[in-house]
Amino acid sequence: MRMLKAYCQDFWRFRFLLQNLIGRDFKLKYRRSVLGVVWSVLNPLLMCLVMVAVFSSILDMRGSGIDNFPVYLIIGQLLFNFFNEATSTAMSSMLSAAPLIKKVYIPKYIFPLERVCFALVNCLFSFIALVLVMLVTGAKLHATAILAVYPLATLFIFSLGIGLMLAAATVFFRDIMHLWGVFTTALMYFSAVFYDPMTMGGTSAELLRSFIGYNPMYWYIKGFRMTVLYGQVLDFNTIWVCALCAVIALVLGLIVFRSQQDKFVLHI
Amino acid sequence: MSMIEVNNVSMRFNMAKEKHESLKEYFLAAVQGKLQFEEFYALRDVSLKVEKGEFYGLIGLNGSGKSTLLKVIAGVYKPSAGSVTVNGSIAPLIELGAGFDMDLTARENIYLNGTVLGLTPKYIDSKFDEIVEFSELRDFLDVPLKNYSSGMVSRIAFSIATITKPDILIADEILSVGDFMFQEKCEKRMAELMSGGTTVILVSHSIEQIERMCDRVTWLEKGRVRMTGDTKTVCDAYKALDQEAAT
Repeated sequence: MRMLKAYCQDFWRFRFLLQNLIGRDFKLKYRRSVLGVVWSVLNPLLMCLVMVAVFSSILDMRGSGIDNFPVYLIIGQLLFNFFNEATSTAMSSMLSAAPLIKKVYIPKYIFPLERVCFALVNCLFSFIALVLVMLVTGAKLHATAILAVYPLATLFIFSLGIGLMLAAATVFFRDIMHLWGVFTTALMYFSAVFYDPMTMGGTSAELLRSFIGYNPMYWYIKGFRMTVLYGQVLDFNTIWVCALCAVIALVLGLIVFRSQQDKFVLHI
Repeated sequence: MSMIEVNNVSMRFNMAKEKHESLKEYFLAAVQGKLQFEEFYALRDVSLKVEKGEFYGLIGLNGSGKSTLLKVIAGVYKPSAGSVTVNGSIAPLIELGAGFDMDLTARENIYLNGTVLGLTPKYIDSKFDEIVEFSELRDFLDVPLKNYSSGMVSRIAFSIATITKPDILIADEILSVGDFMFQEKCEKRMAELMSGGTTVILVSHSIEQIERMCDRVTWLEKGRVRMTGDTKTVCDAYKALDQEAAT
């Protein structure tokens, strides 16, 4: 309990640093680009356009009965991109913070946390793209969309947990950086970003249906779609799976990170 | 109550003979039993006490563990053995400008570095002019730091780091920055802080500076305390070493 209190005090003292680091990343990301922050919207929009074009014409996946495929697709894309960006930038956060933590005492978890927060900020900006796609395709705005906060918040915690683990591991083994990219690509294909496993036909679909439930990302994306696209209230299963994955990831992440953090300085 | 108490601190580094930075290498080496570490003690059984308001000096040759000791006190390193107790807030001037981002402007960096040191934006706002005034770089406020000379960077850094009234100021070779005019200014600022009750720990290779400013001095040699005492005694002994080596 006392430790928890010390942690909170630490965090409170350094909240402005967190704020400033996010501000710095933001400035640096868009410095010298003409359109600046518009890219956060434009980028997912263009990506969505490409994927819609590919999947609805060349590889005909729309036949599998997804209403409003563009919205379905962009939701999957945005959430998965958030996860991808959050974890892979958090992973290298300790390495890039090396000049700092070698010289001053700063609670180290602030760096992965900052990266995940920054990814969230980006993600929130790119929700404008989602709104645009919904407007263009004439999708209804459901009141349940407000509930989308839940899958997003739990996904944030989930990503933070994974990010903490990766950040700690990467300090000791740089290989993980290269492996993680491959892993997330594989994961993307099993997260139902551009298909619906429930209505998909074909022989392998049965197999996919039985396995996809083990992928946390599938649940977060599914929950988000339920509220925003279909106007449904989250069902019990989605609620507890989202929460459970988030809590497990965070607890594991904190344990791994805490047990290793004093050694970071010696290895970076 | 002492401000800083260092009790039997040892700091061990594992100097891996070959660095294993990939999993495969690591496992291969582990399986073959080739994971060798050479232990290296940067500090061994170091104890010292710094009282409130003292100007404390650390001297020693290169590689004697001075900077490591400062980092242990500042909380950057966790000692492998022993304990460090610090009563009060620390302003570490271990390397000036920790947390500066060279792509950001001086103005942005003042806020970033200030928060790294644990200041609030409001406080920085209120002291902003003072910081800029002290650094004498008002004309360059909106220039990215990468276009600064190293002297200019350290001016800004020193100004930020000393803007608060810290209980303890840890200074590693920082007074060697800048031209002599600025050095004088820095020394004056440190004297000001001292009169306000700040405790200072100074590392310097300039023995003349140590003699002029410090009350007490510890001499480190190869990670051990060789001598602790008042400035004159320790410095004389240290200088005698110099002559010994010369002859």
